[in-house]
Amino acid sequence: MSVEIKNMILGIVTHDKSKVSGGFAPVFYSMNEEESERLAFVVAKITSGMVHSLGNGVYVIVKH
Amino acid sequence: MSEFLYKFLISLSVGTLSRVYLMRVDYRQYPSYPRGIIMHLTFGMIAAALGSIALPALIAQDFTAVTFLTLAAEQFRSIRTMERENLSNIEEMEIIIRGKAYIEDIAKIFEARNYIVVLVSLTTSGLLYTLNSEYIAVTGGFIVLIILKRLMKGQQIWEIANVRTGKIWFDGAFLCVDDIVLINVGLKEKREKILKNGIAVILEPFNPDASITLSNLGQRQAIIHDVVAQMGIKKDVGEPDFTPIARQNTENGNMAIIFFPYFHDEEAILEAVRRSPVLESARRKPSQSRAGTKAEKRGG
Repeated sequence: MSVEIKNMILGIVTHDKSKVSGGFAPVFYSMNEEESERLAFVVAKITSGMVHSLGNGVYVIVKH
Repeated sequence: MSEFLYKFLISLSVGTLSRVYLMRVDYRQYPSYPRGIIMHLTFGMIAAALGSIALPALIAQDFTAVTFLTLAAEQFRSIRTMERENLSNIEEMEIIIRGKAYIEDIAKIFEARNYIVVLVSLTTSGLLYTLNSEYIAVTGGFIVLIILKRLMKGQQIWEIANVRTGKIWFDGAFLCVDDIVLINVGLKEKREKILKNGIAVILEPFNPDASITLSNLGQRQAIIHDVVAQMGIKKDVGEPDFTPIARQNTENGNMAIIFFPYFHDEEAILEAVRRSPVLESARRKPSQSRAGTKAEKRGG
């Protein structure tokens, strides 16, 4: 039986440091929106998660 | 050949043939060919033998032999368990799972088919012993088979809901189909792919009963699994964005499902959804309850 972390934020990606602080999930800072998308994509690929956008330049990766 | 053996063989053959008739290997590829089929045919034959032997045993006043029927019931229950375990074991390896409710339904059908075989054999041997005519007995057996098969036929989605295509659009990052919000898709690239490859289907239930049936999670998963089994899917491991999802509008009961089929054919997808089974375990009839009728009358 495998144990997986599901429906939890596995990672946060943003280029705006003021939008995210603390929390249990790792935060990845990028230079701009474009890099955020790419970074979010990479983290999602690694974790088999899905990228969700909060609409303010912050992306969260969640495995469903 | 003794008369008993002759009659036994006739009802055994009718029973076994009816199991062959009930065997369906279609797009579901279940039971799988050839091993699964051999297994079920053998079980069918045992069921037919039990059905054929019951009446002669009773006539010979061998009452203990009749108790074998209870053994049969136990045996067929184990068929259900076997099917359930089989399907549950392979579930982990499916890209789109069947879901527990669908598995339970399939397992139940396999068990029921064996009961049908017993009843067909029993009818055949009953007619053989009472009327002593092979023709009437065989015909009677097959008539019972056809009636029972009809009775066992479950509903399909087209009988409870109107199925049409829906419009896929994005409200920011939110994937929407008509007026139903499905999920938040963060990446632009994925959104473009969804717009390109996705086909959305809207199910409009005919009445509150149908709406509540559709809201069952097992029912939704069964529809999705069935459609994917027939139309394929453009999705690999680690691509959750392209997982088909079903969401219901709680205001009017409409259900939106998005698919990413291998064969991009809207009409075919609609047909596949319409022909999906309504699960026995998902069916609800609140309108037949006192509280449900009251609520309906008051326009609730």
